[in-house]
Amino acid sequence: MNETLASIPLLSPFIEFSFMRRALAGCLALSLGATPVGVFLMLRRMSLAGDAMSHAILPGAAIGYLIAGLSLPAMTLGGLVAGLAVAVLSGGVARNSVIKEDTSLATFYLISLSAGVLIISLRGSSVDLLHVLFGSVLALDDAALLLLAGFASLSVLVLAIGLRLFVLEGCDPAFLGRISRLGPLAHYGFMVLLVLNLVAGFHALGTLMAVGIMILPAAAARLWVCNVGPLLLIAVSVALLGSFIGLLLSYHADLPAGPAIVLTLGGLYLLSLLVAPLGPLASRWRSGWHFER
Amino acid sequence: MPDQPSNASSSGRPILRFDNLTLGYDRHPAVHHLQGEIAAGSLLAIVGPNGAGKSTLLKGITGELRPLQGRIELFGVQRRQIAYLTQLTTLDSSFPMVVHDFVAMGLWREIGAFGGLDRARRVRIAAAIDLVGMNGLENRPIGALSGGQLQRAHFARVLLQDAPLVLLDEPYGAIDAASVRDLAALVRYWHGEGRTVISVLHDLEHVRQEYPETLLLAREIVARGDSATVLSEANLLHARRLAEGRSDDAHAPICHADQDAG
Repeated sequence: MNETLASIPLLSPFIEFSFMRRALAGCLALSLGATPVGVFLMLRRMSLAGDAMSHAILPGAAIGYLIAGLSLPAMTLGGLVAGLAVAVLSGGVARNSVIKEDTSLATFYLISLSAGVLIISLRGSSVDLLHVLFGSVLALDDAALLLLAGFASLSVLVLAIGLRLFVLEGCDPAFLGRISRLGPLAHYGFMVLLVLNLVAGFHALGTLMAVGIMILPAAAARLWVCNVGPLLLIAVSVALLGSFIGLLLSYHADLPAGPAIVLTLGGLYLLSLLVAPLGPLASRWRSGWHFER
Repeated sequence: MPDQPSNASSSGRPILRFDNLTLGYDRHPAVHHLQGEIAAGSLLAIVGPNGAGKSTLLKGITGELRPLQGRIELFGVQRRQIAYLTQLTTLDSSFPMVVHDFVAMGLWREIGAFGGLDRARRVRIAAAIDLVGMNGLENRPIGALSGGQLQRAHFARVLLQDAPLVLLDEPYGAIDAASVRDLAALVRYWHGEGRTVISVLHDLEHVRQEYPETLLLAREIVARGDSATVLSEANLLHARRLAEGRSDDAHAPICHADQDAG
């Protein structure tokens, strides 16, 4: 059985090498957990905020690293604390001062990123810094996989329970505020989900790439459909496909895996721009055809 | 002050009472010292120049804005039961959502975050969409609607909210005559059902035709009562002067920081 499967070129690296299987499993977890969060990030027009938040977890992870080296629990805990702190602080500043949300977030993430790089360079090697910035999807151990799977399961559960709430909070937050007390819960619940998934993504893809598997599949999927349900399904499929192709590319062409995955997702996005019905070209080609956005 | 606010109410039982109510932003009053009641089942137009505090008053009623002074009492209706259609929609119309799902949001108080859409509720959603003349457009993305269609969808959502008190802030701002006619019929229908409807409006002719009662506002109540009487030239002129702060009214000079253009 294994030999027949292994003779299929697309599958053989995953059959032969456990690190490839682990990488694929890690990407599966990220696709199921982080990508749907990325869809809502995009729908709330917070794509750049997500990017900023991904940098914001760095000083926490770095302090964890300073204390315990490349330790999964220490860096996870540090990242979670730092991410949530920046979310709360930047939100608080935006609501209570003349500084707007985008500026507020930008200030905190710039401080965080520089502090993070500084802390790691205090003790670490440049290899460690590369690990933190670009992740190590090909070196996921059992603990890291369990963590990724755990965070993904939690995200799927929370999104399934709160789907209607998150949709309403995304499209008409003022209306939600008038008819329900759950508005703040939806907002902060989402920020917690975001930080959880960024920390998960941080372990696999690093602080600079973690948002890639959130935003790129979401943006690609948005070019195909106009409804949240299908949007989530397509985004997850794109993330899975991109991860699979990216890992294969990295194996066959000897490329770094994280960037290969994110670049493949970018390729799928560009392809969608070219051929998807809501892309900029489709509407020009079919001038007599009114697709309703 | 030409007319004292008349507290006369059509059905007697009040749904709202203002008691020395002052509302504003950053401690600058936008409307002040309002006194009076609104009877349950009223169909009331709020009219006044820009900056008169009309939208501010609606926000005070919904509780979005806390009184700087005095209070608003609600009788037999809770704040979350109020249906409030704001002047500028807060909806992100680029959000991927179809008309059916948008209108269905009106059922939130019944189904909350988790309740299902059973057959009866689906029928009600379809009926609401039909009643605002949007049948056939159920599956159209909200981003593809015209201004009039979007406002019709908003009315359908209000319809499903089944609210005893409906607040409409310039609901006919940028929509065509046919839509105004259809939606005004819906407002009459709500009035007929015994709901209280309070609308902020600019078209005085429309108010005279559709609204039995009018409150003329210019940071304070200028006149209140029968629409034809309230909307007299003298009252309207007085209201304009008050709103521009050209009156000798002692309160006017401190009130010019009204951020709310309604």
